[in-house]
Amino acid sequence: MNIPKNLFYTKDHEWARIEGKTAYIGITDYAQHSLGDITFIELPKIGEELKQSGYCATVESVKAASEVYAPLSGKVLSVNTELAAHPELINQSAYEKGYFISLEISDVAEKTKLMDAASYERYVEGLTK
Amino acid sequence: MLKTSLYNIHISLGAKMAPFGDWLMPIQYQGILAEHAHTRQAVSLFDICHMGEFMLEADPALSGFDRIVTQNIISMPEGSCRYGFMLNQQAGVLDDLVVYRINQTNWMLVVNSATTAGDFAHLKKNLLGQFKLQDVSDKTGKLDVQGPQSLDVLKNIFGDGISKLNYYTFSEFVFEGQRCIISRTGYTGELGYEIYISTDYVARLWEVLLEDNRVKPAGLGCRDTLRLEMGYPLYGHELDTAHTPLAAGLLKFVDLSKDFIGKGALLNEQELGQKEHLICFQTDSRRGPRHGFAIFADKKQVGTVTSGSFSPSLSVGIGMGYVSGHYVIGDELTVKDANIEIPVKVVKKPFYKKEN
Repeated sequence: MNIPKNLFYTKDHEWARIEGKTAYIGITDYAQHSLGDITFIELPKIGEELKQSGYCATVESVKAASEVYAPLSGKVLSVNTELAAHPELINQSAYEKGYFISLEISDVAEKTKLMDAASYERYVEGLTK
Repeated sequence: MLKTSLYNIHISLGAKMAPFGDWLMPIQYQGILAEHAHTRQAVSLFDICHMGEFMLEADPALSGFDRIVTQNIISMPEGSCRYGFMLNQQAGVLDDLVVYRINQTNWMLVVNSATTAGDFAHLKKNLLGQFKLQDVSDKTGKLDVQGPQSLDVLKNIFGDGISKLNYYTFSEFVFEGQRCIISRTGYTGELGYEIYISTDYVARLWEVLLEDNRVKPAGLGCRDTLRLEMGYPLYGHELDTAHTPLAAGLLKFVDLSKDFIGKGALLNEQELGQKEHLICFQTDSRRGPRHGFAIFADKKQVGTVTSGSFSPSLSVGIGMGYVSGHYVIGDELTVKDANIEIPVKVVKKPFYKKEN
């Protein structure tokens, strides 16, 4: 399981890469692996305000549709438009080419509610036991 | 959970296992999309050992067997298979099944796994006089070999005789000294074969089939997308006791010239006009309708989705569902649940047609 050290994680298997006031957001390798081939994604619009743990996106795999929640609150700065035609990028590169959106962090203190890589790794190990 | 004799092999191949009825079955190995494409382009191997098989020794007319199924079995040539249904008195579908005629009085019935026990009881209750009915599901393994290269692959293992099999016929073959039945049948829309062999030999046969590097294992995930692209029904989804073959649009598998259980109710429904019918629809995006979504016409719910998925061959969402009222090809409807709403258009089946 690929769990990059520099990211923050949620229990719902979203990740956030924090660069100053901007956060890049996506789903983890564990999430893409459990979903299987991703075939469709619905992303928020630029400018939309997201709430931590609130609705962010819907991903559909061949088998099912799942909601993805925002790891941090903030205003959507950009969306990964590549994913509309190539949702498989989420399977192939969950932390890089398969990122969902970037947002302008509204409250950096919310970071304390997220797990670091070591905690997330332990969390995932607990799930797979 | 029940496991087939291939369980450990699936694990070693890295399969994702999931419950399917009472069985723990491989849903995918490499991924549903890759396995789907490989079946359409080359050849895939499926573990279908969970399905039920019965052996029946009975005169088709005297035993009343012909009355229990909707397909005409008296007219079947030896060595042929025929698809049809077992209905209850209300013409609800108890199961869909393929009947194999081994000789004048010997038959193999291939039924769904979840309905095996009920089917067996229904047959036992309705068969008359002298008959011998055996549930051989536990000792019968079933491997499906499906895809355009399936004939070439099987020729290398079973000999040239296999090329004589026409669609919906079968014959006996020998694998490493063990007798097996192979039929040219399947659930994918591709050239394909279904192999029935003793469970003691199924792991060895699986291994030999995979030694051919054209063959890749495929899970039940792509089996479902493959059958859905063809518009084939799945028991528990399109078929159940709440719906008749008429509602399902499958009357061509019902011989109305003979007597069978449920015929009265079926004719009655035909005369009064059916309340529901099964439609096929597709979306104009990659978004997939899902089983259980409501079907809306304007602002009114008119039905429910029975199967839905992303179609790997067409790259759009496809689905089937029952609707009340009459809808024709091209009609625009909406399918939705609490969060998702998808416009769909009524289309003809099959969704997917092979080029050439």
